[in-house]
Amino acid sequence: MGEIDLQSRDGRAEALRRMLTIRAFDSEAGDRFADGEIPGFVHLYIGEEAVGVGTCAALESDDYIASTHRGHGHCIAKGLDPKYMMAELYGKAEGYCNGKGGSMHIADVDAGMLGANGIVGAGPPLATGAALSIDYQDRDQVAVGFLGDGAVAQGQVHEAINLAATWDLPAIFVVENNQYGEGTPVEKQHNVDNLSDTAQAHDIPGLTVDGMDVTAVAEAVGEARARARAGDGPTLVEAETYRYRGHYEGDEEPYRDEAEIERWKDRDPIESFRDRLIDRGELTAEEFDEMEAEIEAEIQAAVEYAQEADEPTPDEAYDDMFAETPPEIERFATVARTDGGER
Amino acid sequence: MTAQTERELETETETMTVREAVRQALREELERDEDVYLMGEDIGLFGGVLEVTGDLYEEFGEERVRDTPISEAGFMGAATGAAATGTRPVVELMFSDFAGVSMEQIMNQMAKMRYMFGGKAEMPVTVRTTEGGGMGAASQHSGTIHTWIAHFPGLKAVAPGTAASAKGLTKAAIRSDDPVFVFENKMIYEQQGAVPVDEDFTVPIGEAAIEREGEDATVVATQRLVGESVQTAESLADDVDVEVIDARSLYPLDTETIVESVRKTGRLIVADESPLSYGTHAEIIARVQEEAFFSLDAPIQRVGTPDTHMPFSPPLEQEVLPDGDDVREAVERVT
Repeated sequence: MGEIDLQSRDGRAEALRRMLTIRAFDSEAGDRFADGEIPGFVHLYIGEEAVGVGTCAALESDDYIASTHRGHGHCIAKGLDPKYMMAELYGKAEGYCNGKGGSMHIADVDAGMLGANGIVGAGPPLATGAALSIDYQDRDQVAVGFLGDGAVAQGQVHEAINLAATWDLPAIFVVENNQYGEGTPVEKQHNVDNLSDTAQAHDIPGLTVDGMDVTAVAEAVGEARARARAGDGPTLVEAETYRYRGHYEGDEEPYRDEAEIERWKDRDPIESFRDRLIDRGELTAEEFDEMEAEIEAEIQAAVEYAQEADEPTPDEAYDDMFAETPPEIERFATVARTDGGER
Repeated sequence: MTAQTERELETETETMTVREAVRQALREELERDEDVYLMGEDIGLFGGVLEVTGDLYEEFGEERVRDTPISEAGFMGAATGAAATGTRPVVELMFSDFAGVSMEQIMNQMAKMRYMFGGKAEMPVTVRTTEGGGMGAASQHSGTIHTWIAHFPGLKAVAPGTAASAKGLTKAAIRSDDPVFVFENKMIYEQQGAVPVDEDFTVPIGEAAIEREGEDATVVATQRLVGESVQTAESLADDVDVEVIDARSLYPLDTETIVESVRKTGRLIVADESPLSYGTHAEIIARVQEEAFFSLDAPIQRVGTPDTHMPFSPPLEQEVLPDGDDVREAVERVT
């Protein structure tokens, strides 16, 4: 059993709530980015909610995850607070990274979230490293490395899997196959039929699951976690999913058509799970609407918090480089400061 | 002589090679802290291709002296993730040229995680690696790349020139909560020196050492060129009194010790094996001209590799490799 027990009614409601929270958060983030309130760029997780929530449901709260470009969903699935997440996207001092990371580097190491990552395929080596710490200190944890389909072509991903497999480390690699590596279809980037086939090269279990089904993902990751904790090493789980939005907000998406998007939306992970819970008599349409309204209000409050939160002061740019700051930084900062060197 | 050097000499010492000094540092830190472990290619059973880790595998076992696959990107990334999650890996990167294979993890993860996360990630990782020409290892096993690391924000870089500083800097690197690269010049592994035996002896990162005092010219040297510059200074002693400083730490750099020396001597020669353009020499020179411009009595000289790779054939290698004679010529040009 993981952090969210999908065998229980409360657990299923919580999984639904987290998926809805991700969708509401990212819908809002997209809108606020379009309005120009959020700087930089954002990569939204809408459509892929079942993968992050299913994975984190099967983990314990102190397990680690290393994320991707598309990290907001992983944060919420791991239990991070949308308020401080939104503040980070706004570049505010109260954000998870004090405004230094933004959407692409959002992290909360204390909560086991080792960061979204701007480099495709960089998460798995970090997850292998977290699994090394766990193994070395005999801790009852696992580490998950999320990666996109595109990252399966990266050498460092296979080096990470090989190392974890060779050392039987408690790692799980979750491939979110959303059908496009940036703007190029998955079949134009890989020679295998299923990305999980690559697990064979490392002699570890590899399986492909329906990434639009939160329970299917949770079940696969739960088994992988048990295997990892038993000392039998890593598992590769490929979750077939789809992103409804562009690779990044503003992507004109010349590589796909609306009909394809609609076909995937027919299998929407939130609607299908909601319908299942209603069919089982665990939830009414009214209760769902209520839940949705509550979450919407929570996200609106997060936006207001982010809007009103303090900007970092310019001299904070010089903090956090090192545990022990070298004199160089203070010296150059003194010259560089726009206020003439006054603190 | 700096206060630090005096402190070092006050302690009981033992004569050993640079190789033995590094191994002793590793052994002491493995004994001191259970969270410390070594990882790298052929460092265990094999004892390290340049025999630095030696018998540590027999002593500490395969969990603490870990042989990795030949997979620099994978194990550098793993060390980064491990450092962020509660352990203190000490990586051996067999040759510094292989940093190219693992540079993504070094520059985008290891160097940036603490900053990107608002200071909320620890990164107590040490990377030991070998540098330098002189053994006919040709271009891909002889590079001196420390400028890349010293240049890149978020990383610290040290480069010992003596057995004592090799031990003290290695121990300081392992105890540091920051990512520290220790650049070991492979031609000085057999060089002997007096090394403090005190288990708490460390050389603080960011402190240079004056290896020879002098009044007429300052040579700031690194690695192999420290010893060669001291020999050169001795051979010139009848004509010119040369001060030799071992920079020891490249980032942070002990600007103060270097600048004070130049204020005294008025002349500066920077001797470092890295390629000359856009490099370590230039940084040291820039700091000196910022703080001691009006103390300079002659143009600053630099001794380094003249922007070539390290060729294989011994006469070619000797041609481009900077040595004590190049330091002598540089001193003679300005005195």
